[in-house]
Amino acid sequence: MRKLTIVEALRQAMREEMARDHNVIILGEDVGIEQGFGGAFTVTLGLSEEFGHDRVIDTPISEAGYAGVAIGAAMAGMRPIVDLQYADFIYCMMDQIVNEAAKLCYMSGGQVKVPIVVRAPVGATTRGAQHSQTPEAMFMHVPGLKVVAPSTAYDAKGLLKTAIRDDNPVIFLEHKLLYGSKGLRVEVGALNPVGEVPEGDYTVPFGQAVVRREGADLTIVATLLMVYRALEAAQRLAAEGISAEVIDLRSLRPLDEEAVLRSVAKTGHLLLVDEDHQACGWTAEVAALVAEKGLAHLRAPVKRVTSLDTPTPYAPTLERAWIPTPEKIFAAALELVVNGSTHTDWRG
Amino acid sequence: MLTQGAPTHRLPATDLLAMYETMLRIRRFEEMVYYLFLQGDMPGTLHLSTGQEAVAVGVCTSLRATDFVTSTHRAHGHAIAKGVGVNALMAELFGKATGCCQGKGGSMHVGDVRVGAVPSLAVVGAGIPIAAGLALAFKLRKTDQVAVCFFGDGATNEGTFHEGINMAAIWDLPIVFVCENNQYGASTHVSKVMKVANVADRAAAYGIPGVVVDGNDVLAVHEVTVEAVARARGGSGPTLLECKTYRHGGHSRSDPGSYRPEEEVAYWKTRDPIKLYREWLAGQRRVGEAELAAVHVRVEQQIDDAVEYARSSPDPGPELAIRHVYWEGSA
Repeated sequence: MRKLTIVEALRQAMREEMARDHNVIILGEDVGIEQGFGGAFTVTLGLSEEFGHDRVIDTPISEAGYAGVAIGAAMAGMRPIVDLQYADFIYCMMDQIVNEAAKLCYMSGGQVKVPIVVRAPVGATTRGAQHSQTPEAMFMHVPGLKVVAPSTAYDAKGLLKTAIRDDNPVIFLEHKLLYGSKGLRVEVGALNPVGEVPEGDYTVPFGQAVVRREGADLTIVATLLMVYRALEAAQRLAAEGISAEVIDLRSLRPLDEEAVLRSVAKTGHLLLVDEDHQACGWTAEVAALVAEKGLAHLRAPVKRVTSLDTPTPYAPTLERAWIPTPEKIFAAALELVVNGSTHTDWRG
Repeated sequence: MLTQGAPTHRLPATDLLAMYETMLRIRRFEEMVYYLFLQGDMPGTLHLSTGQEAVAVGVCTSLRATDFVTSTHRAHGHAIAKGVGVNALMAELFGKATGCCQGKGGSMHVGDVRVGAVPSLAVVGAGIPIAAGLALAFKLRKTDQVAVCFFGDGATNEGTFHEGINMAAIWDLPIVFVCENNQYGASTHVSKVMKVANVADRAAAYGIPGVVVDGNDVLAVHEVTVEAVARARGGSGPTLLECKTYRHGGHSRSDPGSYRPEEEVAYWKTRDPIKLYREWLAGQRRVGEAELAAVHVRVEQQIDDAVEYARSSPDPGPELAIRHVYWEGSA
């Protein structure tokens, strides 16, 4: 067992899968250039030297184009990994992912499969509105897609292996502030969640959330960077005598409904934390889930802390105002548990 | 008169006759589905390729069964020419469980991967990079297969046209891009949306050959495709073929096509690809009138049988609505 950063864990997953299955290829911009970057965030560094340029394929700056190429190659037996420099550019691929990849199996009556993984670096990092988004909700909405979002090195490797072996298109979100890469791309404000990662083969199944911290008074559900901010808030809540349970969803579609309902049944309070915009985000989906299947457990209305429903601003002060912070999560949790519980008749 | 394609007539008479039969099968299939639509028997929408049959047949006759084609919203002709059975195709249009896509695709999403016809893609231009992806897989897997990508003149103004052809060109992929230039994107004439005279001229931008061919001359289409396919299969990369043709009807089922000058329509009907080919065949004296007449009888019977097959097929059960959202394994 070695301690790895998320970048190292992702790279190890791809290396092992490429060694295991010669149909696994990588397509993307700047992914295999000698003396280059290894993709925007060094994830593919060294793979072209190991597997050659036939399998680590440098594409033109043609996001719609290489998404389509990946879909066609997948239909003909390959397992392409589509490397995006920034998740924001996934919108250039929108038709290919939503109209083609997600629907081909269905509209062909099950004749064809499209096993592609679209790796998308997300998160606000003072790069302004077009290099900052966490656009998971767009894809959770689409039947035929799967969406996963690892927050630890262990999950990054295990979920990526599951994604590569899955026979369906998978949107794979990676947070820029969690990569933990050293040297080339150190991000201001980055965490360095180094974690123990087994060498060799293991997978993390889709549709299974994980409890990152056990608690009794409220449930905080989060993904990606927000898991760490929720954990920081939970620590401060503990000092106030409030015991918060923190759930890391890991997988957004399929969603682990049971994990959320089980925790809410225990705590009676639900706080949802997402870096994506609030309108129609996964927090709305989880709130609706609890309204439909777990309302009786709630002792107070559901509360949400998300980024603002605006584009991402550039100025560091504005970005902090825009994004969920440990302080905002702490304040929301406090209000939910203290004030929420005083309204014992909230259901009228 | 057919103006091109002289060397192609060295094909055996049986092949020449088969090409005629396939063109006629497409024509009669589409005439029948349009009739059924007007009768109120056929659900959905229709985009007919009547008048463009020489492109589908000239191209697909140049391919192996293991080669793949991608198609568009105007897909019936490509599907039939690549070998999709008319029973399964008719049933698909009727929305029946026995359809080639179990009634889940419809007229714009027809195909059968077993014969190399990818279920067609109805977003204009979307199939171009996807076809390049098929070709990439063929090249990486060293399978000796070729991909053929059909699209209309309208698709050549989509970004995916540029992105897909550029990638196919830089990687020397085994693919042939076939533009069926029927001169109208829905109601808009190609001259309003393209500054150059020919789609094929755009090939120069990608460093690949661009070839203009009479798309109503099945032998000419066949001949240039044979060359392009050989080039692709031989590892020399893609070719952009532009087949100049014309659709006899409107864009879709409800379009009378009144934006087109009457003389223009009349002129192109004198250049009906089936009529031209039949005249050429008669002049060659290698296929007898009796054989041609027998083809007509056989095709009529096939289409009638297909309608009967589709009508008597079961509707898909509602449980099928939630199937195949995700891959369920090979059938």
